[in-house]
Amino acid sequence: MKKLKNIYFDYQATTPVDPRVLKKMMPYFGEIYGNPHSRNHSFGWEAEEGVEVAREHVAKIINANPKEIIFTSGATESNNLALKGVSEFYGDKKNHIITCVTEHKCVLESCRHLAGKGFEVTYLPVRSDGLINLDELKKSITDKTLIVSIMGVHNEIGVIQPLEEIGKICRSKDIFFHTDCAQAIGKIPLDVDKMNIDLMSISGHKIYAPKGVGALYIRRKPRVRISSMISGGGQERGMRSGTLSPALCVGLGEACNIYSNEMEKENKTLTKYKDMMLEGIRKSCPDVYLNGSELMRVPGNLNLSFAYVEGESLMMGIKDLAVSSGSACTSASLEPSYVLKALGVEEELAHTSLRIGFGRFTTENEVKYATDVIVKEVKRLRELSPLWEMAQEGVDISKIKWAHH
Amino acid sequence: MAYSKELLDHYENPKNVGSMDKESEQVGTGLVGAPACGDVMKLQIKVNNKGVIEDAKFKTFGCGSAIASSSLITEWVKGKNLDEAHSIKNTEIANHLALPPVKIHCSILAEDAIKAAIDDYKKKNRKNR
Repeated sequence: MKKLKNIYFDYQATTPVDPRVLKKMMPYFGEIYGNPHSRNHSFGWEAEEGVEVAREHVAKIINANPKEIIFTSGATESNNLALKGVSEFYGDKKNHIITCVTEHKCVLESCRHLAGKGFEVTYLPVRSDGLINLDELKKSITDKTLIVSIMGVHNEIGVIQPLEEIGKICRSKDIFFHTDCAQAIGKIPLDVDKMNIDLMSISGHKIYAPKGVGALYIRRKPRVRISSMISGGGQERGMRSGTLSPALCVGLGEACNIYSNEMEKENKTLTKYKDMMLEGIRKSCPDVYLNGSELMRVPGNLNLSFAYVEGESLMMGIKDLAVSSGSACTSASLEPSYVLKALGVEEELAHTSLRIGFGRFTTENEVKYATDVIVKEVKRLRELSPLWEMAQEGVDISKIKWAHH
Repeated sequence: MAYSKELLDHYENPKNVGSMDKESEQVGTGLVGAPACGDVMKLQIKVNNKGVIEDAKFKTFGCGSAIASSSLITEWVKGKNLDEAHSIKNTEIANHLALPPVKIHCSILAEDAIKAAIDDYKKKNRKNR
């Protein structure tokens, strides 16, 4: 097979901007330069119109009202604003937050910040398939519980949490339900009413819009109130001051618009690619494990453990494929992923994990090529691996007394 | 992270990959590291009756730097006597491969591995005397 150079398989880290999105944005970098908050001349009106059309597109993909959408700089800001904003506003009445151990760092860190301000935080564990246990959620609720924050689709392992069931539980107890849907928009159908979602974080650069833009959905009926984090001119209904970037907002809007029409088709293609690669690898390599639920997952994410082959060395061997390592050994910490740990993946297996992400611009040829390259390299590195050798000889590696260093 | 040419070469074309009969009296085996830490090195030496290492083999589970460090040390110990091999310092490996600071532990592991293999050989042969 012809050697391909630098193929992108890291769509969960970020996505390229769709050329259709960029095209819609361009005029807002040029002739339409007005301040969208200028109310008294046509320059402002024109920019504002772009922003408002974008807001409608964002609202539509989650079945919300455009008035319930505010633009932010990205999902990190949205998650911060949702958690801290609600907690600050209602904190004197209720002070308990429920989230989950595998949430994104920006949710966990926001909770940690709030814990420092006197809030109680419950971190739900996950089952080995990466999903939360709904009974545990119910049991964790107290009359002080203010908000539950559980992400829609996981960035690292791609699993889909049961949003509708979580929403039902929250609504029945009068608790706010926030969900980080940075990786869920365009991947699974979302309906804030059907799922009883009160706040939802959205990111631009995970859905083929640029980096630097996101949104927060905030329910109006029944009304959810938040304290703003940024003081200023009171833009975005007073919840997020600062002049909007019409170009970025238009980009996010168009990205949502495209997904409103193409999600189903895209998911079909990605499912085909995922099956192709998974079957191709499993056919040639034993002892490869999929991390996270096999059924409740988005097709664009394959998080695999290649037993007996250390993840970083595998990445080095497949250097023309841009994938992400499940172990954080490239950073100074040497600690494997906290997410895989939470699933109960043993540390030695966590060290062998890679996240392979497919997306809109992945081609069948690339998937075939990558499958071949990965299989070839796993086989080569296993020939180098003393653990593989022991496993073939029937030695139980877990029974050996290793000198931890 | 940019790796040196030497490191990449040892990673892509590792020298002396393989295993020797660990029951043989001529062979010393060192197994160091732990799977849970992300690296395990198995290093074996074959010593002739003059006390010279005439062959060395390795297998390594670990990052590219760990593989390269073990490949390099097997090259270095061949033809050395046990004392010379025992005195190889991890810093020499780290310098030769230009290991980045976070990867220094790979060279330490290689040094530990050769020392463990020598110890194993000596233990075996003391018993038999």
